[in-house]
Amino acid sequence: MREVSYQQIVSAVKDMCIQANYNLGDDTLKAFREALKQEESETGKDVLNQLIENAQIASSEQVPMCQDTGMAVFIVELGQDCHITGGSLYDAINQGIREGYGDGYLRQSVVKDPLDRKNTGDNTPGVVHIELVEGDRCTIHMAAKGFGSENMSRLQMLKPADGLEGVKQFILETVKLAGPNACPPMVVGVGIGGTFEKAAYLAKKSLFREVGERNPRPDLAELEQDLIEQINKLGIGPQGMGGRTTALDVHIETFATHIAGLPVAVNINCHATRHKTAVL
Amino acid sequence: MSVKEIRVPGDEQQFLQLKSGDRVLITGTLYTARDAAHKRMIETLEAGGELPISLDGQVIYYVGPTPAKPGRVIGSAGPTTSGRMDKYTPRLLELGLKGMIGKGRRNQDVRDAIVKHKAVYFAAVGGAAALIARSIKSSEVIAYEDLGTEAIHRLQVEKFPAIVVNDAYGGDLYEQGERQYRIDES
Ligand code: SF4
Repeated sequence: MREVSYQQIVSAVKDMCIQANYNLGDDTLKAFREALKQEESETGKDVLNQLIENAQIASSEQVPMCQDTGMAVFIVELGQDCHITGGSLYDAINQGIREGYGDGYLRQSVVKDPLDRKNTGDNTPGVVHIELVEGDRCTIHMAAKGFGSENMSRLQMLKPADGLEGVKQFILETVKLAGPNACPPMVVGVGIGGTFEKAAYLAKKSLFREVGERNPRPDLAELEQDLIEQINKLGIGPQGMGGRTTALDVHIETFATHIAGLPVAVNINCHATRHKTAVL
Repeated sequence: MSVKEIRVPGDEQQFLQLKSGDRVLITGTLYTARDAAHKRMIETLEAGGELPISLDGQVIYYVGPTPAKPGRVIGSAGPTTSGRMDKYTPRLLELGLKGMIGKGRRNQDVRDAIVKHKAVYFAAVGGAAALIARSIKSSEVIAYEDLGTEAIHRLQVEKFPAIVVNDAYGGDLYEQGERQYRIDES
């Protein structure tokens, strides 16, 4: 059995928290530049230019691109032949967050209890999902999730009779309601099928994809493309001030579901698409 | 598109010349406040107390910056979602507040109060926090220190970039922009 140590995980997580917040991925920067070519609104162009400049400043000065450095979310693909030594995986992840958010001068935005709302002071705990996979690797995907966009996400249990049209309508409606609050241009993550919580998880998981990466299933890839076009006809535009660029991308993930159900979850991400991966 | 420059605090006239959609560079003093500071200000007023800052002709910036790295004035400092302050804003406008900077839609009460008190709601570009921080030349806590990142700070800003969303005449850039660029399927 291959071994991965507590300390390896701590340093990988720490590094990802800092890197994700300082360095916007090339995928998103490329999407900004392409959007700039299409954008008709002067204000929209101005906003896109500010976002490109902001990303450049953040990475050259090594500072966070956004002041909401997010709640840290993880999807861990843990090989069934991988053995974690020296401590618990959850503790290691939280220690990595603590060190990354502290040493990286990132904002502490987590409260210990949703009702009494006292800040934990170190941005822990993270939200950790673990998927057991074949092999002996431990692959950690990390995302810093801002809440301006998280708050505009929605889930609905549609009826099978609502069909594809119902799904599309719900997605478009969610984007409209999100509007300027979600810091558009946004990335729209969609989970269709499964159960209540599975749909939400799929939507979140889809946001870990690169901007521009299509679902491998041709029919879903086509649906993604179709939704990008429809969303960009809404007119919301960069920062909601009007324009052609409302969504940089739409990612759809699906799963089997019950004969009586059609769950749909829409998880909105702002343009600050901060995610990193480490393979241990 | 032209860019207007204003100084804050400023007289009513200055805010009256701004129209939704205008790009503005703000120079002068801003106060920061978000959820917790707003709540405390309103509670203070309700208890008959005095506010720690004068709001006359002032602009409040809804921001909770990241910690400043050593040698820096402030960390990254972009706007937070304004809607969470809707409940408190009309009362502050009554007291002479002339502007708010944030991101996202305001409710009808706030939009009405903006018209009534001849004020302006500005948006800064959400997520452009490193860029915005460059226009902030100094930052000091002046009240509610115990609130940490949510304490009221006084910021000296130079050419802080903002866009007028709601003006004193009822204009709303979010509505106008969406209407102008929407393509209806028929
Ligand atoms: S929604 Fe995203 S870009 Fe906007 S303030 Fe929040 S984290 Fe930053």
